[in-house]
Amino acid sequence: MVKLTRRGFLIGGAVLGGTAAGALALGVGYLSTIDTEGLDGTLRSDGSVGLTAWVTIQPDGKIIFSIPRNEMGQGVFTSMPMLIAEELEIDLNDENVSVEHPTELLPVYANFALPLRKHPENFSGPGDWLGKKFFGLMPLIVTGGSSSIVDAYTPLRRAGAVARGMLVSAAAKKWGVSKRDCFAENAHVIHRLSGNTASYGELAVAAAAETPNKNPKLKPASEFKLIGTPQQRTDIPAKTRGEAKFGIDTVLDDMLFAAVVQSPVFKGTVRSVDDSVAKRVKGYRKTVNLGDGVAVVAETYYYAKKAAGLLEIDFDDAGNGAVNSSGISAALQNALDNDPGHRFVDDDGLDAAFAAGDIFEASYEVPYLAHACMEPMNATVIVKNGHAEIWTSTQTPLNMQWAAEENIKDLKSLVGHVTLSGGGFGRRGEKDIVVHAVKVAVAMPGVPVKTVWTREEDIQHDVYRPAAAARISAALKPDGTPSAIDYKVALQSVNLDFSRRNLPVANGGSDDKGNVEGASHMPYGIAKKRVASAAIEVPVPVGNWRSVGHSYNCYFLESFIDELAAKAEVDPMAYRFGLLSGHKRLTALAQKLAVISSWGAPVAENVGRGIAIHPAFKSFVGQVMDISEENGLIRINKVTCVIDCGLTVNPDTIIAQMEGGIIYGLTAAMYGDITIDKGRVEQSNFPDYPILHMEQAPEIDVHIIASTELPGGVGEPGTPPVFPALANAYFNLTGRRLRSMPLVKHGVEFA
Amino acid sequence: MTVSFNVNGQSVTVDDDGEMPLLWAIRDELKMTGTKFGCGIGACGACTVIVNGVATRSCVTAIEDVAGEDIVTIEGLAEPGNATAVQLAWIAEQVPQCGYCQSGMIMAATSLLAANASPTDADIDAAMTNICRCGTYPRIRKAIKHAAMLGGVSKSDDGEI
Repeated sequence: MVKLTRRGFLIGGAVLGGTAAGALALGVGYLSTIDTEGLDGTLRSDGSVGLTAWVTIQPDGKIIFSIPRNEMGQGVFTSMPMLIAEELEIDLNDENVSVEHPTELLPVYANFALPLRKHPENFSGPGDWLGKKFFGLMPLIVTGGSSSIVDAYTPLRRAGAVARGMLVSAAAKKWGVSKRDCFAENAHVIHRLSGNTASYGELAVAAAAETPNKNPKLKPASEFKLIGTPQQRTDIPAKTRGEAKFGIDTVLDDMLFAAVVQSPVFKGTVRSVDDSVAKRVKGYRKTVNLGDGVAVVAETYYYAKKAAGLLEIDFDDAGNGAVNSSGISAALQNALDNDPGHRFVDDDGLDAAFAAGDIFEASYEVPYLAHACMEPMNATVIVKNGHAEIWTSTQTPLNMQWAAEENIKDLKSLVGHVTLSGGGFGRRGEKDIVVHAVKVAVAMPGVPVKTVWTREEDIQHDVYRPAAAARISAALKPDGTPSAIDYKVALQSVNLDFSRRNLPVANGGSDDKGNVEGASHMPYGIAKKRVASAAIEVPVPVGNWRSVGHSYNCYFLESFIDELAAKAEVDPMAYRFGLLSGHKRLTALAQKLAVISSWGAPVAENVGRGIAIHPAFKSFVGQVMDISEENGLIRINKVTCVIDCGLTVNPDTIIAQMEGGIIYGLTAAMYGDITIDKGRVEQSNFPDYPILHMEQAPEIDVHIIASTELPGGVGEPGTPPVFPALANAYFNLTGRRLRSMPLVKHGVEFA
Repeated sequence: MTVSFNVNGQSVTVDDDGEMPLLWAIRDELKMTGTKFGCGIGACGACTVIVNGVATRSCVTAIEDVAGEDIVTIEGLAEPGNATAVQLAWIAEQVPQCGYCQSGMIMAATSLLAANASPTDADIDAAMTNICRCGTYPRIRKAIKHAAMLGGVSKSDDGEI
């Protein structure tokens, strides 16, 4: 197994965000030494055996799956081991089997499908080869973009088959028999003629010396025993006993605790701090100036938080003290009016189509949203004589690497532990909290310190789903269907802001593809299209929020299509069928949705129904939202959801992700509104940033379309359709079209 | 000040500000991390423990107010290797996603079932006011009904959990 040295990592870091030419400068010969397959066997100094980069077998027979993705509730600590176990013939429920996030940053652990934007099964040619080496060098180990299964589906099955092949070869040699007469079952190799059996634990050391067959024959889907069947999650039992360890649960001997007060105004910095009163708090140990905030270290988090509350800090507001929501809204409208922006789609003949048809135009707007992960941002760090160790709940261990390299002088070594995350939703791809925790630890040499943001710091210092505004117009044919659509969105570019904060090279702006994801590849058969975006720059930090650009573009587009249907006086489901001709998967999905939601059946006068369908993250989701009105209050009664995500791995996880994604979207569509005044966020905790409660959660009925297509993502695509489905249901109920979010802003009250 | 109380049947003593929330005594002094910090203002319920049989938000409960009281945390629900009906139902219905709120949810559900062996949907709505950001509410509802079917919460003779 090729182990990447720290030097190797730094080389990778230096070219991050650069061009392919930058990677080429490293030399194809060098790049070819980077192992992006991970299929070799390794005998480790502790006596354990690595059979591929994902499977470790210990001398006592324990089997550990190394899963280089963050378990944050989406089930990757079950679905990814299922892929390996299917071929390796291991029972995931065996008490000898465990799952952990590796601490080694191997190139093979990189998420290749995410940056290369395709299934690994379709990688081909020198561009993809170079891309794999390039992202392997970083290595781009990241959990996001609903890409874990997309990226892992074949590589992890192959790893399981390769490991099995090595174990079978070792057993055949041991017995002096043909390996064709041996097979694997339940963590044992069995010789079918003699009945000899040997456990994987017994065979592991010999297996590590076998030459792996790197192109093993994989089981056809028809022979799957695990994949496609609902499996109990490996992480759930510990989560019912309070034993699951999230980052915030890190406990080290003699550990201290730190609380942070950040500049309330965006990008503000500390001018001076008076901690004379704070110092009097019991258990107080130290005040640390973080630059953008101040931390207090104390013997419990309570004392740290109490002392932090007593700091007198003079902040420089970086000139941002006048930023407010209405100004940002005006800037968005101005960009729609005056900034040509970037055209992602620009069909010839669009203007002629507009000159010939009736024109319908509508404008929409959405606010900033916070992630509000249940586990507040935190990291635990110890730094001693240039050696650092970090524990944090993060969507990428690169956060730990970069935070340590940038803030620890003479860093000699780093061990980073990726713990379970108490929700991620894109928030935990940021390094901000790790930077704070590293700075605190540097000020407390040799002492482990756990730095935790309060909920107020979390809500006020998030990287928000950007506020966005859209103007869409259509040229209509006499039958009411569009001959052309002109779609323009104004917003802050997420990738520009993300890369400025986290990466060495900034990249993004009006030409950020994320600005128009969900619109630039709209599934509707409209002859002429123009899709553009204009980016504005304001100092509000924006980031990846569950489904990112889809979260607003789906709302804009599917609201607009609903408006066209209403204008044409055609049933909105039927209207969509008309525009979907030629799109087999979405047509089949919409048909299924119509059937299981009993679309078209008569409903009571106080009931409204809305529909939305949307392709996202290589999957397709359709939803019908049923709402009702009683005594002036709106209740969300039911969401019927159909997903086509290709081949399924753990169907119950897919259902859970649809349920969760829908409720996440409902919270945002009903209430979600981060507003800004005097350069700061006005909300601070759950009372003013409300989250849906049990009593408001609708019945959710999820249907998965059977498919043999390559897998798509499931963590995010359940969220986008919620916004338009709810607004469309509200229109169906009341005749009132809500062209901005959230609904409470329009005076809608919920039961 | 020195305050003593019982946690999962064990008497413990901490020397802290009397107003220090019980949450931090449990997490940072006793090093029991199953009880979670979510909001610090009693809004989300991630910190729910059971004090004298009643689901209580430990982040807004001062230690001086629980002197001498019996406190059960998620770690104290079942003996090692065992599980309560609520925990079994949570596994059977595959409730948790990230799982961060689930200690508090399980404590709230345990308290509900101790008082009401077969809760209706309205009872569940009224008792389960904790926040789950992953949106596991539909499964929590199913799991509470499942746990009720399994016999809910086993009680000792004096009615304590």
